[in-house]
Amino acid sequence: MEILTPMETTALLLSLRVAGVAIALGLPLAVLAAWVLGRYSFPGKTLFDGLVHLPLVLPPVVTGYILLVTMGTKGVVGGWLFQTFGIKLIFTAEGASLAVAVTSFPLMVRAIRLSVEAIDGGLEAAARTLGAGPVDRFFTILLPLMAPGLLSGAIVAFAAAMGEFGAVITFVSNIPGKTQTLPLAIYAATQEPGGDAVAARLAAISFSVALLALMLSEFLANRVRRLIGQV
Amino acid sequence: MLDLHIRQKLGAFTLDIAFTAEERGVTALFGRSGSGKTSVINAIAGLSRPDEGHIRVGDAVFFDSARRIDVAVERRRIGYVFQESRLFPHMTVRSNLEYGLRRVPAAERRIAFGPVVDLLGLGHLLDRRPRGLSGGERQRVAFGRALLAQPRLLLMDEPMASLDAARKAEIMPYIERLRDEMNIPIVMVSHALDEVVRLATTMVLIGEGRVRASGPVGSVMGRLDLSAVTGAQDAGAVLDLKVETHIPEDGLSVLTFDGGRLTVPQIDRPPGSAVRLHIHARDVIVALQPLAGVSLRNALAATVIELAEAGPSSADVRLAVGGSFLIARITRAAVRELGLMPGRAVVALVKGVAFEPHSGGAVSDRRGHVVDV
Repeated sequence: MEILTPMETTALLLSLRVAGVAIALGLPLAVLAAWVLGRYSFPGKTLFDGLVHLPLVLPPVVTGYILLVTMGTKGVVGGWLFQTFGIKLIFTAEGASLAVAVTSFPLMVRAIRLSVEAIDGGLEAAARTLGAGPVDRFFTILLPLMAPGLLSGAIVAFAAAMGEFGAVITFVSNIPGKTQTLPLAIYAATQEPGGDAVAARLAAISFSVALLALMLSEFLANRVRRLIGQV
Repeated sequence: MLDLHIRQKLGAFTLDIAFTAEERGVTALFGRSGSGKTSVINAIAGLSRPDEGHIRVGDAVFFDSARRIDVAVERRRIGYVFQESRLFPHMTVRSNLEYGLRRVPAAERRIAFGPVVDLLGLGHLLDRRPRGLSGGERQRVAFGRALLAQPRLLLMDEPMASLDAARKAEIMPYIERLRDEMNIPIVMVSHALDEVVRLATTMVLIGEGRVRASGPVGSVMGRLDLSAVTGAQDAGAVLDLKVETHIPEDGLSVLTFDGGRLTVPQIDRPPGSAVRLHIHARDVIVALQPLAGVSLRNALAATVIELAEAGPSSADVRLAVGGSFLIARITRAAVRELGLMPGRAVVALVKGVAFEPHSGGAVSDRRGHVVDV
């Protein structure tokens, strides 16, 4: 006997894929933003900081709506992507990834930035005197030392991305098998008569995945901390 | 050779420092906290940028405001030992040591891994992480890491300030070996006089951002006007002597210099080897003629050079002994009664000495402490 129904499996796998792609694409940018925000001061830093954190305070529906307007096939960016490369984001799983990447981005930046700021700047000065240039220092000193924050940031953002509702449904709608992630499937089930049992099962799956992610995050972060000699 | 002249605005005062340091040996930048010492070596390393001036090491120009030269830190090839060691926590001792070494082209590596590990006694630590090391061990790894980066110049910022007396005693001999066995000029920042007297060849005294005095340790230490800067308790002179002979039956050694001889508790250095003594002003007595019937054995013919007030009731007397100098701290009443004045011939009686570079033997465990003679 299968544990999950085909519909549940589809929604779960889609959610994992959407969130996975979102984190994979967002992580390098989040590291870059966290490094710049945590280490440098420059004119317009407050504005940049605000823009990075905006999705955290904006209603997700608004984020989805902005994406719809700009990234739709008639939007400024979306239209260009569609005409030049034939890439269509609206109503697709890729579009769902973009939506959750935007909403989970600040979560990643915050976690990574905290670990960047916790790194003793004196270590980088020492690396400089030993002949390491900026890129060299980034990969040999900063990146390994920010690894615990990077890891926990990525996993928490992943869990949040799995659960994103507003931005996804607004931008890519609720198409079973294409854009219907777990939370959207739960919403759809509650709209149907007698769908409560389905919704409850889906909710239980969401709950398990989220809890698992948080536990994994703690476990891995501890392992990495030991690996880099912090514990 | 290091040739430096920098000006830099630092909050309340302006740093204006110029000095040169020899190809070999330790140049100590000595002064109180906040006098600007660390800013000087940060400028040499390139971690801070002077407003104007120049910094040259050998034929390499690191900084020259007139020629708009400012070489990046990572291309200066300066070894820097920080006060708090700054080892990379995520790497083993071995990886820390190799960090700088790997970044130097193989053809330009003169200092090899093995000898440095041996010199600093790091062999048993190579696979450990910095976290598990003692303060002294960490600092030794930091020395090794800086050395293996093949530096033109080694900078040390109070390398022993974070260590307790026992750890400090453990690390001092290693710095002496670096000084004596590596052909690299060392510039060391310190506010501890015992470190300077023991390790330095040249002393640059810094106060409020200016060079107050510089030169060989003995001549800087022998100046009366500096005792306020070096600290009243430690006021005194430094003598460089050679072991002449040992008298094992009395447990004594005879040391000689151009101003005469001193007899001290026996040391285990062979005749002919160099010994540096720190003779505190409070351990020198001035007499008008040689004394008979006293237990003091060390009497040196001396000439009064200058006198200076040293406190409400005391005075410092600077004495020339051959080509070297001694300082005696006596009461002002005694100065008056003895009629001391520059040019007057006197006898300097030395009742205690402190051995500085490790002299071994009976006094090695009391290194840096005054022993009665």
